[in-house]
Amino acid sequence: MTDSDRHIAARAADAYLQLHELGKRYGEVPAVDAVSLDIRRGEIFCLLGASGSGKTTLLRLLAGFETPDTGRVLLDDEDITAVPPYRRPLNMMFQSYALFPHLSVERNVAFGLEQEQLTRGEIMRRVGEILEVVRMGALARRKPHQLSGGQRQRVALARALVKRPKLLLLDEPLAALDRKLREHTQFELLNIQQELGVTFVVVTHDQEEAMTLATRIGVMDHGRIVQVGTPREIYQQPLTRFVAGFIGSVNLLEGRVLERQADRAQLHCDELPVPLLVPWPAGAGAPGATGAAAAGVSAAGVGAALWVALRPEQLRLSRARPEQPYNWAQGVIREVAYRGDLSVYLVRLPGGRELRATLANSGAGSAAVELTRDVPVYLCWEADSAVVGSD
Amino acid sequence: MTGGRPRLWELLERRGRALVSGIPLGWLSLFFLIPFLIVLKISFSEARLAMPPYAPLLVRTGAHTLAIHMHLENYRLLASDPLYLDSLLYSLRVAAGSTLCCLLLGYPMALAIARAHPARRHLLLMAIILPFWTSFLLRVYAWIGLLQDNGVINHLLLSLHLIHQPLVMVNTTFAVYVGIVYSYLPFMVLPLYANLEKHDATLLEAAADLGARPWRAFCRITLPLSGPGIMAGVLLVFIPAVGEFVIPSLLGPANQLMIGRVVSNEFFENRDWPTASALAIVLLLLLLAPIVLLQRYRRRELASA
Repeated sequence: MTDSDRHIAARAADAYLQLHELGKRYGEVPAVDAVSLDIRRGEIFCLLGASGSGKTTLLRLLAGFETPDTGRVLLDDEDITAVPPYRRPLNMMFQSYALFPHLSVERNVAFGLEQEQLTRGEIMRRVGEILEVVRMGALARRKPHQLSGGQRQRVALARALVKRPKLLLLDEPLAALDRKLREHTQFELLNIQQELGVTFVVVTHDQEEAMTLATRIGVMDHGRIVQVGTPREIYQQPLTRFVAGFIGSVNLLEGRVLERQADRAQLHCDELPVPLLVPWPAGAGAPGATGAAAAGVSAAGVGAALWVALRPEQLRLSRARPEQPYNWAQGVIREVAYRGDLSVYLVRLPGGRELRATLANSGAGSAAVELTRDVPVYLCWEADSAVVGSD
Repeated sequence: MTGGRPRLWELLERRGRALVSGIPLGWLSLFFLIPFLIVLKISFSEARLAMPPYAPLLVRTGAHTLAIHMHLENYRLLASDPLYLDSLLYSLRVAAGSTLCCLLLGYPMALAIARAHPARRHLLLMAIILPFWTSFLLRVYAWIGLLQDNGVINHLLLSLHLIHQPLVMVNTTFAVYVGIVYSYLPFMVLPLYANLEKHDATLLEAAADLGARPWRAFCRITLPLSGPGIMAGVLLVFIPAVGEFVIPSLLGPANQLMIGRVVSNEFFENRDWPTASALAIVLLLLLLAPIVLLQRYRRRELASA
């Protein structure tokens, strides 16, 4: 048993799909760079990244359309790295859906089953069943060009699911749908996934989609997985500046460490009139220290440069000067965007930096009335709402 | 005059569509429809040793009467003399055989070009079209040099001791096949390439993902989707091959004539224009059938696309 085998065996406890040091280069550029990842049975795992981050290449490696330069893929403890796509026990739903234009809906869905040793009756029964699940039974004899985008999406899903795969790969499953249909389809996907208990790996560039669908998200950047976690973890505890900026909107401030306390630290920020008080992770290895970024922070001494991320919904706006001696800023409202349930405020600080704050619009006579353009305001926040990092 | 140009422009804009479709229409009626009608007319007249070598269709029989002499003898002759039917069947057989060979050779070539790296595709297409830079006649003559008893191929086989006597290849049906397949291969490859090049590669990935091995994916996806390309290539080779005249004259057997050669013989050697015309008309009607079929197929394709 090599070291790498031992490593895989050690991680195998609850992993269903395991990627081990998977790498793929195009020329000199690594598209996927030594990615190791465990995906659990029955989960919806979203690979989230901008275009060119390597997420689609990673999906194609899983489907078998690309051969990795390094590393291994294990599905249910079986090494499938060298298995050709037509023998992998997984199926893929393509971004373009890739429906066969010359075959009817029924024949498209039956295609996969016809490659197995099944009787005609069995094939027809299973095709009928799955078309009912995606509510396409009535349109079984249509050709793909006679369907709407949403209907095609459902046929593509049925075609991939009818094979009863262990794992379903979905490449931007909702990208081709309009906004309203997308939301509806998201929940439908969740229902079907739960009903059939299939493990989903979803590639998407849309963070909202990832947040809604995923049990866990892997954020990709430059061919690497930079953070894996539940949507809540990714949003609330981003490990790197990139993740903090990529997921949701965020205010990023830079500061230097002034003073360290037990579980807090004071930072100096040029743009704020008062010090920044931020939560301080315990020493590396101690509970609560999560990942590389936290370890980097806890090692930082006085004078070290750190980034501080503040979510817009955690900033409070007031006309009166806050009483706390830390964590506030003064500025002028530059822009107010009314979004129905909430309003977005852009506040310009004296140094020129703009901070974004969102306030829920509750009731008719709220404080929002006096918060209009060009009004000077104070922004303040709790120490615990900030996230710090050192990269 | 300042208003002249815009007015002309306006006219062009309004009549543009009619003008654009009118030019080929005029061309076709002038050089296809009218000659066709003349041939049709001749096919119904009686042969004569005169100039022109056929009797007029319209004859004045009295001061005020004009008679049409529809002479059906030519068509009856075609049916009664086995020479015509025989050479017609031979032509259809050779044309069908060489079309099939072209398809079997041309499909893999077209597929390879369509799937080649885009930078190499143009080079490969050039290689397909390159023979057109040389005269057709010259290329067919070159085959005589290759195929004849003391030609290149026999010489090579003899010197390799694979054969002890030269193979008789020239003036055989085999040589006609070689000539037709060689000459018409580009007309098979090009429409097939045009079709295959448009295929979406993810369809094959989808087929593989659903469990189809490459060969099955080809049979179930690529082949059916290339139907229109196959149809176009087959017709482009088959139709001219049936009436092919030069290749069988130069390479073919002397005792077995293809229908194009028979038409030419009737015209120039027998000076029997009416029979030759009747033959040409029958041939045209025969070849019209597959074209009509193609049109119907195309229309169905369009309706579903």
